[in-house]
Amino acid sequence: MRYLPLNENDRKDMLAKVGVPMVDALFEDVPKSARLTGLIDLPTHMTEAEVESHLTRLAGKSRAAGSGSFFIGAGAYRHHIPATVDHLIQRSEFLTAYTPYQPEISQGTLQVLFEFQTQVAMLTGMEVANASMYDGSTACAEAVLMACRVKRRKKVKLAAGLHPHYAATTENQAQFLGLDLKTADCAPGKDSDVMDGLDKDVAAIVVQSPNVFGEIIDLELYAEAAHEVGALLIAVFTEPVAFGAIKSPGEMGADIVVGEGQSIGVGLNYGGPYVGLLACRQKLVRQMPGRVCGETVDAEGKRGYVLTLSTREQHIRREKATSNICTNSGLCTVAWSIHMSLLGEAGLRQLATINHEKACELADKLTAIDGVELVNDSFFNEFTLRLSKPAKQVVDAMLKNDVLGGLHASRLMDGQDDLLIVAATETNSEADMNAFETALREALS
Amino acid sequence: MALNNMGRPTTPQEGTVTSTIETVSGNKALAQRELLIFEVGTPRRTGVDLPEPKGSKSRLGGLERTAEIGLPGLSEPETMRHYVRLSQKNYAIDLGVYPLGSCTMKHNPRLNEKVARLPGFADVHPLQPQETVQGALELIDELAHWICTLTGMPAVAMSPKAGAHGELCGMMAIRAALDAKGADHKRRVLVPESAHGTNPATAVQCGFTVDEIPATDDGRVDLEAMKAKLGDDVAGIMLTNPNTCGLFERDIVEIAELIHGVGGYFYCDGANFNALVGRVRPGDLGIDAMHLNLHKTFSTPHGGGGPGSGPTVLSEALAAYAPVPFVQKNDDAFELVETVEATGGDSFGRMCAFHGQMGMFTRALSYMLSHGSDGLKQATEDAVLNANYVQASLSDVMTVAFPGTCMHEALFDDRFLKDTGVETLDFAKAMIDEGYHPMTMYFPLVVHGAMLIEPTESESKAELDRFIAVMRSLAERATGGDVDSFKAAPIYAPMRRLDETQAARKPVLRWTPGEAAND
Repeated sequence: MRYLPLNENDRKDMLAKVGVPMVDALFEDVPKSARLTGLIDLPTHMTEAEVESHLTRLAGKSRAAGSGSFFIGAGAYRHHIPATVDHLIQRSEFLTAYTPYQPEISQGTLQVLFEFQTQVAMLTGMEVANASMYDGSTACAEAVLMACRVKRRKKVKLAAGLHPHYAATTENQAQFLGLDLKTADCAPGKDSDVMDGLDKDVAAIVVQSPNVFGEIIDLELYAEAAHEVGALLIAVFTEPVAFGAIKSPGEMGADIVVGEGQSIGVGLNYGGPYVGLLACRQKLVRQMPGRVCGETVDAEGKRGYVLTLSTREQHIRREKATSNICTNSGLCTVAWSIHMSLLGEAGLRQLATINHEKACELADKLTAIDGVELVNDSFFNEFTLRLSKPAKQVVDAMLKNDVLGGLHASRLMDGQDDLLIVAATETNSEADMNAFETALREALS
Repeated sequence: MALNNMGRPTTPQEGTVTSTIETVSGNKALAQRELLIFEVGTPRRTGVDLPEPKGSKSRLGGLERTAEIGLPGLSEPETMRHYVRLSQKNYAIDLGVYPLGSCTMKHNPRLNEKVARLPGFADVHPLQPQETVQGALELIDELAHWICTLTGMPAVAMSPKAGAHGELCGMMAIRAALDAKGADHKRRVLVPESAHGTNPATAVQCGFTVDEIPATDDGRVDLEAMKAKLGDDVAGIMLTNPNTCGLFERDIVEIAELIHGVGGYFYCDGANFNALVGRVRPGDLGIDAMHLNLHKTFSTPHGGGGPGSGPTVLSEALAAYAPVPFVQKNDDAFELVETVEATGGDSFGRMCAFHGQMGMFTRALSYMLSHGSDGLKQATEDAVLNANYVQASLSDVMTVAFPGTCMHEALFDDRFLKDTGVETLDFAKAMIDEGYHPMTMYFPLVVHGAMLIEPTESESKAELDRFIAVMRSLAERATGGDVDSFKAAPIYAPMRRLDETQAARKPVLRWTPGEAAND
């Protein structure tokens, strides 16, 4: 077998050194009833070429987003990733290293994490960030737990524009800890309801901007309302490119910012792995979940980096840890940081502008069709349309023309059957948009 | 072109061998000093080319970002150099032996990387219509079949994003099952003191309390102590098998019966499944839930700390409570079941947006198919044999923590360093100078100065023999009184020992403008 270097002679010599006659002797602590004798009922080994051919055939059964007209967002976005990113993350030293627990021989990963944390803090307008979470949704759930620890309160309110998967992930975590989570039915134009009836029991309100419908929310009002009752504002995002165009949550008074980083450096990957971003105010840092990298010096006084504040973490604090999280999104943070370094502020702003212009152009094209109405006045690269027919039916009809024309809101929420959520990015050509327009017109006629 | 050798020395000349010098650049030949991106890039520079914006009117709701962000940009060549230089400051499996116990640092096949990048897996949106993602769903279903068959369990939840997330999944399923029975008095979870820190942290994150069980002198769960802790309020036990001492829990079937006897559930931490694949099915041991670490057992890359993937197998008793979404195979197509309502209402809920770590699923299945049932069994046997070979070859110069053979990892303690002045940490740092990544140190907590060595099946006998020779000579040097060189180690790494206390006391977690480079 190509991955196994030992041969039969090696094995014989090694068994002799160990002092056992055969390998079975090394498994004798296993209860007799559980010892397998033959092979498990699965196919035996395959050559590299056979495996590749089998998986290529499987991959061929899915329609790749990039193979045609494609306009789905709602939490994951298709952007162009420079070839440099994928090359660099495949360097053995990044790809096949473990968590940097031995800092003297892990400065590569550690310095990238330090740079990543700084980039995330700058992008979100916050003071500090951690070294990433699994994804945006789990980062959101962790931020809610964090706010409850900070405030020693148990009530948290979620706004109506929060991505329903994020709300569900947070609800799921909260139910086991007896938190009083107030969720709202997901609907456009209802975000501000979250500010109604706030009281001193509320630890935080959770508001997404741009929200799941693409609407941009002025978070300043929400921050004021939260702070008035001593609560925190947790700002959520799913499209980090937006912060190249719109004010950061930090500038608008958010206390914790969490979101999905996938748009930068990480492909669609059918939902994972992604990279959860979590940033907060400096004073909250000791309640922050997850791994964090800090600057220090070595024995010769040279600047270097280590994982730090580990007394928050499970391997030291065990049942008193801030979270059970053990990994971060390692290689995805490296990809994110490389892509962001290639962009820089100038590139990010330009990318954001192009995304916004594409969305504006597409919105104009589509709203010119009879039976199509724009739901949100403000948006970045994603907006919601109200259609004269059920959106699911329209999506299915457009698919017949090989157009993946947005997401029918009913895939994510109840009671919004006529809403279609549409995203446009720099990857969409004029021809894609025209195909979409034609398909939508046809589906609605 | 002919080489002009006029005046060019072709052999080293006498008197040129000197001691080390401080270079002007701070570089040491191939070891390049590298500043932070904030010190080399500027916000105006960029390494991407994008079309010019058209300058149309914005609809951003009056919330345009006007203040400077400060994000530095690098050109493409600068980017390449920055990250290549940084990468060279990392140790890696591809560079040498990486014997981190409990982490299973095995070879990461590049075929896995290749297939994970096929557009039909990598360039598919999680919310595409299901008829356009049948290949992706089929892959998840095929991987689930391998996982269920290898573990002997009826169901698997694929969405957990890492091992600790899988632990949450299993313990949440247990909570849901208890709640469904109205057993809200069952809130105490037994956890051996040798457990990974994630176990107690997970139990608490699911609303349980933790009660520790001590280990016996032979490194296993103290069955009598466990019996004494059993009671009607016990929700379950979280047990790693093989345990973190690298030993198989001989009493595991009895432990399962005892925990079931009080109406509790058995969570098995599957971090060490690499010792069992193809030889033991956890389902035959009476477990109710177990996560797998695809990044340990099934060769998906560790990537400097992630991303992981933690599919969690569930017994018949827990399967109904599995989280959404999951893939279901119908007569003519694969279906993604996405809502709790669609499951009939038993599912405990959703653990994350979307469907789990697809990129890791592809890699893990590629590994499983390559090995097949025969190769996986052989890999397990080689992993166990390699660990025992290391243990047997070092047992006379280092102190083996517990007598007898081990499973996939060999645990040593620091008794052999007693009175030498050398500590486990020093020993680890000296390994760095010898070109090896240290073993896991100071874990598990039940052993003083623990050194946990997991060579995995990926090491050849020749590589192990070199490793063993180095470890033997280090042990002999330590016991021979050479303390100073251990305390100074590492000398040849890109950095000397780093001050972790200062990092924690005065946390500097980001670069700030104006900060001067002092390297």
